[in-house]
Order: sequence, then structure tokens, then C-alpha cells
Amino acid sequence: MSSEIIVNVCMGTGGIAAGGDLVMEEFTKQFEAAGIENATVKEKCKLHKVGCRGFCARDVLVDVNVDGAVSTYQYIQPEMVSRLIQDHVVGGRPVKEWLVGDDYHTFHDNQTKIVLGDLGKINPESINDYLGVDGYKAAEKALTTMTPAEVIATVKESGLRGRGGGGFPTGLKWSFCAANKSDQYYIICNADEGDPGAFMDRSVVEGNPHAVIEGMIIGAYAIGASIGYVYIRAEYPLAVDRLHMALKAAKEHGYLGEKLFGTDFNFKIKVKLGAGAFVCGEETALIASIEGERGMPRAKPPFPANKGLWGKPTIINNVETFANLPHILNKGAAWYASIGSEKSKGTKVIALTGKIRNTGLIEIPMGMPLKDIIFNIGGGIEGNRLFKAVQTGGPSGGCIPQQHIDLPVDYEGLASVGSMMGSGGMVVLDETDCMVNISKFFLEFTQSESCGKCVPCRIGTKRLLEILTRITEGEGKEGDIELLQELAEDVRDSSLCGLGMSAPNPVLSTIKYFRHEYEAHIKNKKCPAKVCNKLLTFFIREDMCVGCGMCLRACPVNAISGEKKMPHKVDNNLCIQCGSCFDACKFSAVLKE
Amino acid sequence: MTETLEAIYDKCMANEDNIITILQEIQSKIGYIQEEAVNWFSERTNIPPSKFYGVVTFYSQFHQNPRGKNIVTVCCGTVCHVKGAPRVISKVREDLKLKEDQDTTKDMLFTLERVNCVGACSIAPVVLINEKVLGKVTPSKIVKSLKDYKG
Repeated sequence: MSSEIIVNVCMGTGGIAAGGDLVMEEFTKQFEAAGIENATVKEKCKLHKVGCRGFCARDVLVDVNVDGAVSTYQYIQPEMVSRLIQDHVVGGRPVKEWLVGDDYHTFHDNQTKIVLGDLGKINPESINDYLGVDGYKAAEKALTTMTPAEVIATVKESGLRGRGGGGFPTGLKWSFCAANKSDQYYIICNADEGDPGAFMDRSVVEGNPHAVIEGMIIGAYAIGASIGYVYIRAEYPLAVDRLHMALKAAKEHGYLGEKLFGTDFNFKIKVKLGAGAFVCGEETALIASIEGERGMPRAKPPFPANKGLWGKPTIINNVETFANLPHILNKGAAWYASIGSEKSKGTKVIALTGKIRNTGLIEIPMGMPLKDIIFNIGGGIEGNRLFKAVQTGGPSGGCIPQQHIDLPVDYEGLASVGSMMGSGGMVVLDETDCMVNISKFFLEFTQSESCGKCVPCRIGTKRLLEILTRITEGEGKEGDIELLQELAEDVRDSSLCGLGMSAPNPVLSTIKYFRHEYEAHIKNKKCPAKVCNKLLTFFIREDMCVGCGMCLRACPVNAISGEKKMPHKVDNNLCIQCGSCFDACKFSAVLKE
Repeated sequence: MTETLEAIYDKCMANEDNIITILQEIQSKIGYIQEEAVNWFSERTNIPPSKFYGVVTFYSQFHQNPRGKNIVTVCCGTVCHVKGAPRVISKVREDLKLKEDQDTTKDMLFTLERVNCVGACSIAPVVLINEKVLGKVTPSKIVKSLKDYKG
């Protein structure tokens, strides 16, 4: 029996969803029970829960670390735990067939991890783990050896830009705020991640909450704020819990409160739960929400850096921006500026999802070609289907087609093809995805999240959605594409805030690159990807049908007929194209054309 | 009822909380935003009820009707959408016999809700039944899972 054994279980969002809590429970139970037959297991084994490991597609991921030799296991389920303990923990023989393969290493080796560096290694519920990786050293350095102006200068030199979407230089924003004379300044961490298909901020808060707190301390010192807020989505209960836990621990250790690090600087952080409104990601709307109002944006200027929360100068940065700061202060601005592309420095955390083999949370140096992300890190398209497009930036972004696969992923690169970085969601689409449907999906989202304050966004998104809906239902008319483009450009140019200005991006980019799909829907009344049910005809292949009757029972309008054990038939005059028969058939006998 | 509201009032006044926090407290204690509760607070704080309702109707977190015993939340993130969430929703509606404008079953056993993204994209499409996360859901799988919650 060796001297120290550490077992890490992934308890990020993906890990828990895949059964991480049950695996954890099983380890705890078996370690307790092991006390009887093998006392050393109980004494020498440490069981840790860690945050997101990145490779969510392989969850539950478990590390067994024997004296520093780490073996990583994938797809672990509770019933596999006893063999792991018997063979590896007690017996010292790793269970070879459950270990991760080469692709796990390819996935990680192509990344550059700064923000995600400690995620999956440290226990997010333990401040000691964070202190063990130089935690709070950067804040101490800033407060005890640097002036606020020096901190701002360092952040400026590093080239760090806001990771929430806009990409505004962080140091510059801080200097605008600090330039105001005021009796009170505020700093706010925006953790109201509302994009569909994005879970970067959530994973960082869940996996390393102290890094965000430390970043906020640094920012607060730089602008002179004594009060900070974290505005976090109430739908993220685990992140909220871990944040509260981390705040309490930081306070107990003297990193929050009065006279930090023996200086005269006081700083406290309050948590505000978002009540579910996507528009609150916009700075002025977020401020209104913290003040207890409806979260509606207002015209800028004045910018929050001059007139923000309660009318005082306020800085709002995103979770990832804050999590970068301790590293910049520790390792220096020059080091940070050496990573990334010419105008976009550092790294970006990306939620890589969709029709791709290796879905997960990744971190890449800015400027990495799209191709490398999708095919090296992502492992290519799942099921050997063809790549069609990648959607970046959530509802504010656009779809990037095959022809731009070499595009460098940074703020400028994505903007040059009509998309944007957004908060960093990347959804890969394949040949079975209909681009008109995708465009409609995002419009449904922005239309329902539009706050209604300005007319172009409130009515414009509604009309855009109506046109898209009729196209997908086979009612599209000649001239609809031009109408969509014209209206989309009007909404983009005349909306009050970022939500409305970027809402047309999905429409404009899909028309630009996939106009033929729109035309097929409108002119031929066909959906090439076979997604839009109203444009499809359903029929049953006689040679495949076994006559089980599943489709017949599933059909809500009795359009299917047939004797038991005899091939069934669809009556297309009665069929409402709901697709229930297609879902119900277990023999792939129902086809759509 | 009044005792509950008094307790919320005392707590929120002590913390100098705003309307959103007061409403979040009401919802967590009572289950939804009851009209009587809003009127009570309105009189007590001298803030017009319209101000409360402005906030209630703005944020998707607030519910103005009682919700079912089990909450079925279908994730409608991008990945869940392309992997079949819309078909899962229609199946749940059909199975729970919910009409188009209806989200809660007559017997108050289930409420169907949508969420923008739960961040478990690697196992899309995702459905939550109360706290339990179900991954790689298909229309037939969700019907089976719902069975466990029916009386």
C-alpha cells in the first residue's frame, strides 16, 4: 500500500448530469466500508470532488492518483466503483479497459489553459486547495506592492479584453471609471450567462470560484470600489452555492472585509440572483435589475463607468475576465500579451458542443483556426456526417460555413464573417441541420427575450420571426428573402441595445451563406435537411415494416392504417406531418422526403 | 399567511432588499406570486402593486399561478434544439394531455417549463424532472420517465 492516494471525481455540470454525484456517493460508501477489511484504504485515501474537467462527453471522469501517478478513467458509473477500488486503489493495478484513450490527450494537448488551468484539479469547495495553487497571491501583490494606477497600467499592457462578448479593452474601461471623482464606486461581476449553448461562466464559478473573487478584489482595488456585486443566474444553483461557500471562506481568511492584506483597503461582495431575463446581460439592464427594477437597457452615454449603479461610477466585467486577472498579475502583462493574436490577446474559454465527437469545455489561444478547434480538439463530426456550419456567439452570433473553416477565432476574425465571439458558445452543425430552422430558433429566442422598450427590436424581431415561420411551414413567398434582409438591417441599425443590434445576425449570416436553403423552402417547398416537418411527406417502406403497430398508435390523427404483422400505410391526405410515426418506429421503416 | 408575509417583510427590510428580492422570497415561501401577497406588501411598503407586477411580468422566474407537484423542465438550448428538444416537448404535452396554452395538468401533478440552457450540452437533449437530470432524452424515453411520477 502506497503512501498517498487521491481520487478525483468530476462534479461539474456535465459530470453531475452524467451521474457524478452517484459515483461520489459510491466511493464514499465503499471507502467507509473498507475500513473493516482494509484499514489503510480508509486512512490513506482522499476523495475529492473537482470542477469541470472539460471533456464532458466522457463523463463521469475519475482520476486515481497514486503517489503522483495519475490514471484517468472515463464513463465511470456507480457499479464500476468497487472494481476500481479493488484493482487499482487496493491492488495497484489500473483497470486498463476503462482508462481514457489517446483522443483524451489530443483533446487536452491542443489547448492552452489559463482560466481553466486549475479547474478539475482543485476542490472548488476548499479555499486551501486554491491557496495551494498560489491563490490570492496576485491580490496581495496588487494591494501591497502596486498603486491602483499601476494595476490598471498592467491590465492595459496585457491586452485583456472583455470576455462577455463585446471585447472592450478591460484596462481602458477601468481607467475611464477611475477618472471620475466620486464618493463611491462599484464593481460588478456579470455571471448572468443566458445564451443557449453556453456554460463557460457557470463552469468557472462552479470549478474555481475563488479565482473570480480574487479577480474582483484586484479590479475593485484598481478603481477604488469598496462594494462589489456578483449578478448570477438563479438557474445555476450549484454555482450559487459554491460562490456563497467561497465568499464565506474568503471572508474568514481576511481576503474580504476590512483592511485587506494589512492595507487600508476595504472590500465586500454581495450576491444578487438574476430572475431570468437574457437582456440583463446588457450592462445598463443589469444595473437596473440590481436596483430592483425591470431589467431594461437605457441609452448610452452616460456609460456605467461614469454613471452606473445608483448613479455612481461602476465597472461590469464578465466571470472569465475576472478569472484571467490573477494570472496576469502573477505572471506579468508581457507574458499574457505573448499569447493570442495581434489584436486579441490571451485565451478564450469555449463551450464546444453540437454534432461533434468531443463535446466539452475548452480553452484556446486567441486566433486558433476554426478547423483546428473542430477537427483536432473536437475530433470531427459525430457519426461521420458532413460538416455544415458552426454557430458562434449564441443568439447574437452567426453561422460560419465550410468555406471559412480556416478563419482565426478571435474578436476580429469572427466579426469579419458576420458572426461574433459572444460569450464563447460554439455549436457545430452537420448536414442534417436546416439553416432556416436554426435561424428561426434564434429569432424565437431573441423575440421572446426582447424587453420591449424600443420599437425596432420589439416589433422587428416579431415580424422577422413571422416571416421565418411561414417559410419553414411552406408558406414562403417570392421576395421574402429580400424582405428579411431589409428588415434585419433596419433592426440591426436602429435598436437601442446589443440585444436588438445583434438579433439579426443569425438571419443575415444564414442568408449570406445558405441562401439556397431559403430558396428551396420558398420555391420548391422542400427542406433539404429534412427538418421542417410541414415540408415533408411521410411514408412507410413496405420491405422494412414489420407491422408492429407502433406508428399506428403514435399517430394523433389516425392517418396510418394496416393489419397486424402486415406493412402499414400513411394516408397523406390525413397526415399533419407531426413526425410522431418517425419517432415511434424502431425499424427505421418510416421515411420522410 | 400573514405570519409568513410578516417574516419576509422583516427579513427584507433588515437587508434593505429590493422588489426583486422580496418577490423571490414570496415565491420561495408560497410557491408562486399570489395576488393577496402582492397587495399586502403594497400596503405595507407604500409601493403601488403595478410596480410589483411590472417586475413579476418582466422576469421569467416569477409565476403568477400555482405550479404542479412535479416540474418538468425541458432544456431549449441550441444543442438540445438540434438534437430533438421540440419533439420531446410535443411528446410531453401529448402524454400529460396539456393544451396549447396550458402548462400545468388539471390534477396539479405536473408543470411543463422550458429553460434556455442548463449547460449539459454533451448529453443533449436534456430534461429535468424536479432536480433529476435526464440526458439523451427521446420522446419514448421521456414517457417512461414520466410514468414514475404519476400517482
